[in-house]
Amino acid sequence: MSSYYLAIIGTRDNPIYELEFASFKNTTILSSPSTPNTPPPIPGKARFAPNVKELLPFIANSSLDLIEDAQFTSNQLNLGKIDTFYGISINAFITPGNIKFVLCYDGNVKEENSIRSFFNEINELYVKTLLNPFYAVNDAIISPEFDLKVKQLARKYL
Amino acid sequence: MSRKAVGDDIWKNNVEKINSELFTLTYGSVVAQLCRDFNNNYHEVNNQLDKMGYNIGLRLIEEFLAKTGVRRCQTFKETSEVISKLGFKIFLNIQPTIENWSADGKSCSLILPEPNPLTEFVELPITADDKIAKELWYSQILCGVLRGALQMVQLDCDVQFVKDVLRGDDRTELRLKLNKILKDEVPAGED
Repeated sequence: MSSYYLAIIGTRDNPIYELEFASFKNTTILSSPSTPNTPPPIPGKARFAPNVKELLPFIANSSLDLIEDAQFTSNQLNLGKIDTFYGISINAFITPGNIKFVLCYDGNVKEENSIRSFFNEINELYVKTLLNPFYAVNDAIISPEFDLKVKQLARKYL
Repeated sequence: MSRKAVGDDIWKNNVEKINSELFTLTYGSVVAQLCRDFNNNYHEVNNQLDKMGYNIGLRLIEEFLAKTGVRRCQTFKETSEVISKLGFKIFLNIQPTIENWSADGKSCSLILPEPNPLTEFVELPITADDKIAKELWYSQILCGVLRGALQMVQLDCDVQFVKDVLRGDDRTELRLKLNKILKDEVPAGED
């Protein structure tokens, strides 16, 4: 069960949205007896080590330079895996409007395809949010509706 | 032909259509800009939307009568049916249901079906005091249009929203109240 950290970063490198979550898949691991002192993992709850957890926003932001380099070498929106940092892999997606989606996850999960579909759907959600006349580019997204839909997508693809 | 069939027919053959996203986004920017211009004084925004609608309604009624060729209605009930099955149908392609008649037959509710073409993609911003959700009637322009159009056919009406799905209500409800039937009057100095 891998943990994920999703950050949406605006055109001025400002944070717009962030979410930590974990995969709901591989529930077989859940049923296996864990060591007595560790509480059983809760599905969907991220389990980054505390010292990594506090670094996650830095890891995401430090990948921005790499994203900007990669954006001119590829004509795809999905930039794929662009970096690793202490065992945390980083995938990125850049919208035509220069909004970056950064996904950090632990382990070497080979699931490029599902991450790509996840990003594509997040992009659709983001576009819908942008069509709201009361939303301006680079505003933080605080709508509970958006949050819920992102979580549903996470559950579906990751 | 029933009113519904007439409305469908006109919608199909005799109406110029525009892209609905263009329409929704245009109206959305108007409302959002008004909110900014009036510094989030939503009562004033409602007023302005109502005035805009009123001016649209004064003109739109001519177009409506030309396209549909309906004659003078005998009762207010008939009027409300024409509004729903012809008016809303040919201009917005929706048919609100009419219910909640008052005992004297002078006021009723129009329930706008979801999705409301004006409010697609719209979510009211979340703020600490919730002021916008309590004060702004996002689709207020419709009230103005109805008021203006009805006034041109000698019906003096009050039109207002009482519920809106955008605010978290279960449905979008417009209240229509007939005040009086204006007399055809000869303008002063023309006798």
